[in-house]
Amino acid sequence: MKIKSQKDFFSGLMFTVVGAAFGYGATSYNVGTGARMGPGYFPLLLGAILALLGAIILFKSLVVETPDGEPVGAWAWRPLFYIIAGNLLFGILLGGLPSIGFPAMGLIVAIFGTTIVVSMAGDEFKFKETIVLSIILSLMSYAAFIMLLKLQFPVWPSFISG
Amino acid sequence: MDLINNLSLGFGVAFTFQNLIYGFIGCLLGTLIGVLPGIGPVATIAMLLPATYALPPIAALIMLAGIYYGAQYGGSTTAILVNLPGESSSVVTVIDGYQMARKGRAGPALAAAGLGSFFAGCVGTLILAAFAAPLTEVAFKFGPAEYFSLMILGLIGAVVLASGSLLKAVAMIVLGLLLGLVGTDVNSGVARFSFDIPELTDGIGFITIAMGVFGYGEIIANLSQPEDKREVFTGKVTGLFPTQEDFKNMIPAVLRGTAIGSMLGILPGGGALLAAFAAYTIEKKTKLRPGEVPFGQGNIRGVAAPESANNAGAQTSFIPLLTLGIPPNAVMALMVGAMTIHNIQPGPQVMTSNPELFWGLIASMWIGNAMLIILNLPLIGMWIKLLTVPYRWLFPAIVLFCAIGVYSTNNNTFDIWLVGAFGVIGYLFIKLGVEPAPLLLGFILGPMMEENLRRALLLSRGDWTVFVTRGLSASLLAAAAVLLIVVLLPSVKSKREEAFVEE
Repeated sequence: MKIKSQKDFFSGLMFTVVGAAFGYGATSYNVGTGARMGPGYFPLLLGAILALLGAIILFKSLVVETPDGEPVGAWAWRPLFYIIAGNLLFGILLGGLPSIGFPAMGLIVAIFGTTIVVSMAGDEFKFKETIVLSIILSLMSYAAFIMLLKLQFPVWPSFISG
Repeated sequence: MDLINNLSLGFGVAFTFQNLIYGFIGCLLGTLIGVLPGIGPVATIAMLLPATYALPPIAALIMLAGIYYGAQYGGSTTAILVNLPGESSSVVTVIDGYQMARKGRAGPALAAAGLGSFFAGCVGTLILAAFAAPLTEVAFKFGPAEYFSLMILGLIGAVVLASGSLLKAVAMIVLGLLLGLVGTDVNSGVARFSFDIPELTDGIGFITIAMGVFGYGEIIANLSQPEDKREVFTGKVTGLFPTQEDFKNMIPAVLRGTAIGSMLGILPGGGALLAAFAAYTIEKKTKLRPGEVPFGQGNIRGVAAPESANNAGAQTSFIPLLTLGIPPNAVMALMVGAMTIHNIQPGPQVMTSNPELFWGLIASMWIGNAMLIILNLPLIGMWIKLLTVPYRWLFPAIVLFCAIGVYSTNNNTFDIWLVGAFGVIGYLFIKLGVEPAPLLLGFILGPMMEENLRRALLLSRGDWTVFVTRGLSASLLAAAAVLLIVVLLPSVKSKREEAFVEE
């Protein structure tokens, strides 16, 4: 059997698997009856519907012709990696990782780290420009979030500010 | 006259110094992100939600609303000058707007968009004010069965009118509903799908989902395409004012666009994008006057109609939110979140329990539209300069503000890990061609639907027929069924696909 629409095939697969997983998970809670719905009732119902919808999409992707096969296309690994890595780095630098004893570095260091890593996701990466951008973003964030909105952030590394 | 009294109460609230300032900030930010391609109101509102914790609820809502309709103004500027839709709802404005700019008529195009939007915004606000009270009356007759059916209608409507595959959109809603159930069940106290992670017992924050899927997902997708060579008509905006001939052409178009936009905005799933599409399609169907420029070559009606329609739609899409508590689109879903953050339960009781908020918000929209016309026409030069800012400076800032935003909601790094995961999922959605907006709607409505289903079945002792034996509920479900059937009719189906391919 040939896949007629790659996008539909994989999205159908995704919906079926996720729906089945939610449905299966729901059975570990008390399902109850219509008049006395337990915590598992609604998720079980929805999980079944989602799995069914996924199956229909999957079926259609194998049967209904599409002009170009609707390929998923190449993955943009580079932006995907740097954007997500920059985001995670922000969390690590800001709050530290107590599980491995990495200290919290605070907001400013986190902004520099994130801006530099995220900038690498683009086609052009100019180091000097990125540093300038980091400085501007640090100043803006400090003014907006710390001074104006008074959000509770660790601003400086924990070993400096104590 | 109740309406007059209510509106004067509203203007009293909206004209306080603080609310004017926040309204202005909202409109300014809205225009800013509207002008900038690659960032939309959903991601922006999600980013700014945490920042509104400290504000009084009315100021917060005025600002967030301003972002949404402000974006409709800003989007047209980019469409006309750069041949890129600054906002998805300006997709059709690109067609004729850019052609006008190429012929040296960028000024009149911008003016048509601005004036049309202003007129439509004022009418939309009036409709909102006039319809809110009677609709609220109806909403008070609703029991749990009716609410459940209404949500079904809302969700079905949302996907019927959206573009793309209907099946996939329905599946995304169901996925959203499921994600909305993660966390502690209010009735039994059982933590569902939380995998013993303490942070997940509070549920997934909708800010986290919105930023991950709409913010990160979009950025990754944008970066995977080579940067377009942008041709910006910066120096050429002279003579803003349209000629008499232009006015003759655009006034009926603005009126039609406003009417269509106001109607489509109220419908679930409507709002700005669909309104713009419909308005442009209708303009194209009307006969050209002798000597008029054909569509696609810079007809001013092709700018005026969709721009009026998207602004009217943005305005009237607040009606289902404010009267029924049901969000008709993703932005309104975020507004539900904003209201809940400030301990306001969206729904018909808002008008009676928080009249200052209700009417203040409506009045602020009129003031906001007035501010926007000033921001967008005389100050157009400022926005044009902004268009020269390269994307490689923007996306690191967007990622950073998203990360700061999610962290500050709970002061917890767990949310940062979660937003990263949803970023990957958001990109996956884009690759698989599934639209994320229905997911967010489902996510917001999930707990509400479960609660109303539970109550309705409890009252009927487990009898599912309660949804069809109660007249109001039955007619809501019937409307949903009719919508589905109409869309699935072969003739409508091909038309629908055609309409969305046209972009």
